[in-house]
Amino acid sequence: MGNENKPMKLAYYPGCTLKNHAANFDVSTVSSMAKLDVEVEELERWNCCGTVHALGSDNVMNRVAPITNLVRVKEAQASEFMTGCAMCYNTLKRANIDVKSRADALETINNFLSLENTKYEGDVDVLHLLEYLRDRVGFDNLSKKVTKPLKGLRVACYYGCLLVRPKEVAFDNAENPMVMENLVRALGATPVDFSHKTECCGAYQTVDKPDVIADRTDKIVGSAQGERADLMVVSCPLCAFNLDFRQDDSKRLNPDFQNMPVLYFTQLMVLAFGCDEQALRFDLQHIDPLPALKARGLA
Amino acid sequence: MDTTLRITSARAGRAFVAEIEKVSGQKLLACYQCGKCSAGCPMAAHMDILPNQMIRMAQLGMRDQLLAAKSIWMCVSCLTCNSRCPKNIRIAEVIESLRLSVLRTAKRDDHLEIMELSPEARAVLPPIATISAMRKLTS
Repeated sequence: MGNENKPMKLAYYPGCTLKNHAANFDVSTVSSMAKLDVEVEELERWNCCGTVHALGSDNVMNRVAPITNLVRVKEAQASEFMTGCAMCYNTLKRANIDVKSRADALETINNFLSLENTKYEGDVDVLHLLEYLRDRVGFDNLSKKVTKPLKGLRVACYYGCLLVRPKEVAFDNAENPMVMENLVRALGATPVDFSHKTECCGAYQTVDKPDVIADRTDKIVGSAQGERADLMVVSCPLCAFNLDFRQDDSKRLNPDFQNMPVLYFTQLMVLAFGCDEQALRFDLQHIDPLPALKARGLA
Repeated sequence: MDTTLRITSARAGRAFVAEIEKVSGQKLLACYQCGKCSAGCPMAAHMDILPNQMIRMAQLGMRDQLLAAKSIWMCVSCLTCNSRCPKNIRIAEVIESLRLSVLRTAKRDDHLEIMELSPEARAVLPPIATISAMRKLTS
């Protein structure tokens, strides 16, 4: 961790959705990291990572988009970079692991990128923001920056799939990860244990099968409601969309369904570190978090 | 679903089994049908053939039934099955190779038509949703 005078610099890949629907994730990341004396530097000319890792063993084409971003990291004179989006993290990290073990695929990709001045040689590390906070900043250090502890706030930490699966990209236990719970505890909040924290939200089926997502959201949010959580935190804009914006559909499916706000974990850091409120961008939430926060005296 | 399985030494479907094993990188015969993949599958309620059944049918080269199944388009590669399989079979990779068997043919039988959605339905979707759906469900 840097000191007050000399913030640490960290290359940052936001990903597409953080520039529109999930701008609240982007601004809350930049703003809360500044309080931790980490200056996140957005990569220049980054492109979409492709969002999903192609699972076919013969696939090379879908690795071009993620690997191009790793070339951008090298151009920024960095050997590692951070992203907060669980899908970007998974896709970038898996492509990186894949090309490191398949020299022929890497050569094909470098040939495809022949107009770039920089070759990719498997020499960039992909970090998730939660991993960075736990291993580089440390939750003890992080808790020292808390000016407004989130006392009494009951938080359900939802991981979904891509932070914990497959095991070669996971930075925590696949069945019972605790990194987000430890983070929210460092922020003064109370993490709640609930059964569905690594259950898939239904992902992209939301595009043309919102009824399937309504069912997933009912079960996932319902299990957090059962543990009397005030709100849920996530690290994935697709989970956030399904769990927040599809709650109206869940309500139609199950009249007993109760709404719950869904935030990015970085928004809780903004609150606890006393950052500028503009960095919360609650205007982008579907279920308003303010009543839940007010009930705990936090807004 | 009512399915009659006749196990013979005939080689029908052998080329299909070889294709699925190659593209998925998995050894299908490693599966001993414990059913853990289907037990933990979040999409199982919306599937016509369960993941363990898909593996069994793939072992047997039941190409036409598998490629016509709704299930292969319901799987979202959440990888819960992969992480719990006691034989370390990557079931999601097998299911992806089944989708590819459909999408890589000349017919290019896409399973998502974005333009058929209403403009209202499209407008609310974040790019992360549409891009991932198109990458998995279209050729």
